[in-house]
Amino acid sequence: MRFATASDLAAALAGGRVSAVELTDAALAAAERARALGAFVHLSPERARADAAASDARRARGDARGPLDGVPVALKDLIVDEGEPCTCASRILENFVAPYAGTAAARLRAAGAVVIGRTNMDEFAMGSSNEHSVYGPARNPWDPERTPGGSSGGSAAAVAAGVVPIALGSDTGGSIRQPAALCGVVGLKPTYGRVSRYGLVAFASSLDQIGPFARTAADCALVLEAIAGHDPRDSTSLPEPAPRLRAALSGDVSGLVIGLPREFFAAGGPAPAVAERVREAIAELERAGAKTREVSLPHAPYAIATYYLIATAEASSNLARYDGVRFGRRAEAATLGEMYRRTRSQGFGPEVKRRILLGTYVLSAGYYDAYYRKAQKARTLLRRDFEAAFAGCDVIAGPTTPETAFRLGERTEDPLRMYLSDVYTVSANLAGIPGISLPCGFADGLPVGLQLLGRPLDEATLLRVADAYQRRTDWHTKTPDPARWESAA
Amino acid sequence: MARIDRAEVERIAELARLELTPAEAERTAAELAAILGYVEQLAALDTDAVEPTSHPLPLPTPLREDRAEPPLDPALALANAPVAEGFAFVVPKVLDEDEG
Repeated sequence: MRFATASDLAAALAGGRVSAVELTDAALAAAERARALGAFVHLSPERARADAAASDARRARGDARGPLDGVPVALKDLIVDEGEPCTCASRILENFVAPYAGTAAARLRAAGAVVIGRTNMDEFAMGSSNEHSVYGPARNPWDPERTPGGSSGGSAAAVAAGVVPIALGSDTGGSIRQPAALCGVVGLKPTYGRVSRYGLVAFASSLDQIGPFARTAADCALVLEAIAGHDPRDSTSLPEPAPRLRAALSGDVSGLVIGLPREFFAAGGPAPAVAERVREAIAELERAGAKTREVSLPHAPYAIATYYLIATAEASSNLARYDGVRFGRRAEAATLGEMYRRTRSQGFGPEVKRRILLGTYVLSAGYYDAYYRKAQKARTLLRRDFEAAFAGCDVIAGPTTPETAFRLGERTEDPLRMYLSDVYTVSANLAGIPGISLPCGFADGLPVGLQLLGRPLDEATLLRVADAYQRRTDWHTKTPDPARWESAA
Repeated sequence: MARIDRAEVERIAELARLELTPAEAERTAAELAAILGYVEQLAALDTDAVEPTSHPLPLPTPLREDRAEPPLDPALALANAPVAEGFAFVVPKVLDEDEG
């Protein structure tokens, strides 16, 4: 059952060929053997086994809740799950236990999914390599000396290593799609507001969105159907019901128009081998009947600059709540002001401090208009670029990342270079549109991701194209060799 | 746009309630200068007639009925507190300070 999809497991569970308890035990054992990958920061074996037993009991009564009932899953450690720790891979939240039910986790549990544990990440989701974690880095199952990407590196690694078929992550500037690409799995960032952010620890509130990692687009559809839909507890939650997605997976893309932004393939863009794999994938979609045309996103080259101003400004405000008063770590001090400063200085890691400082600077008197306001206007221009492009195409295709997985330690000393890992992903967050990364081959033994972007709320078309591609190719069935990370137990 | 030096970083750090060692402030100034140098490219965009985007999709402010709902159990709300007493969070003294 290892490396099986959630849909395969659903069929096996429905056919009585396996029990939820067996799947959960296998996932927990695989997680233990994969400790060297650093994918998990917390496992909940007792609760998971109890939940799995309850799932088996429901099924025995003829009360199974749907395809996810009994399927083991993992949550990124910033998705609040009632009664479980939630540390955001930060020292400042080291002892935090969630006192309430976040919507995404609660909906996944309501669908019967069995949460086995919580995955590693860059601290507060700030990073592109999973190296900014108080627990140490997560590693890429295809080459443990390399990054799994970030910030949802642990979720990507857990799915790529075959520990769980589904994991949730969050994507503020590419934090689902980039690690999915680097680990050779599928990662979906839904439309902004599609999945409730209630219980998603905030990084940049106008950009953050929860989404799934899986082996297939079809599995992403299953998960999104379960977790999407309006939530009155999130004022930015779209007033739309959960979309019906599985019915859209027809395998048919004939006549569909795929836009190819010239800015995503321009000189100085993706590494040659990455560009080649992506072009091959697009050619495959053409053979399936899709048409392609060049489109332009003239402001895409400004996306990274725009993103790092807006995201850090919002982060500096959101992270003001970590003050040592109501939760988390507190440093001893004689006065309140001293306590704030010590708590925050000891509790946050260097990348988080850097972004708080940058965000504070761009919001501060005298610089607000030149930086923050300017970035918000550039954001408008980029949004309009996408509106214009989607007038002439149904989805946009390109590389997810400029390169395959880089070596751990290679970029930690150069923050700006690290930020440029997100060059193709941040635009979707700024525009609020959905995006997905799919495995589309290898370069020097490392996975390459094809990124598809869709119109707002049109996850159905995005997933239809992704699923059609996966029906015609077998890249998503390739798996890394567990001998690369498993220790003799 | 502005140049950023160690003194400026120390000023921002105070606003953000962070303490930096002199070496950290020095290094941060260099890193922020590199990032701000990169974002300078936005100055090339003519945005005089462009409205800013603060939210990616247009949404009305949702309102709900003005009806009380059960709050988080106070004991749970206090369970993560570093120091609590009764139904209150306990903090170090606020007075005898220059700042609030």
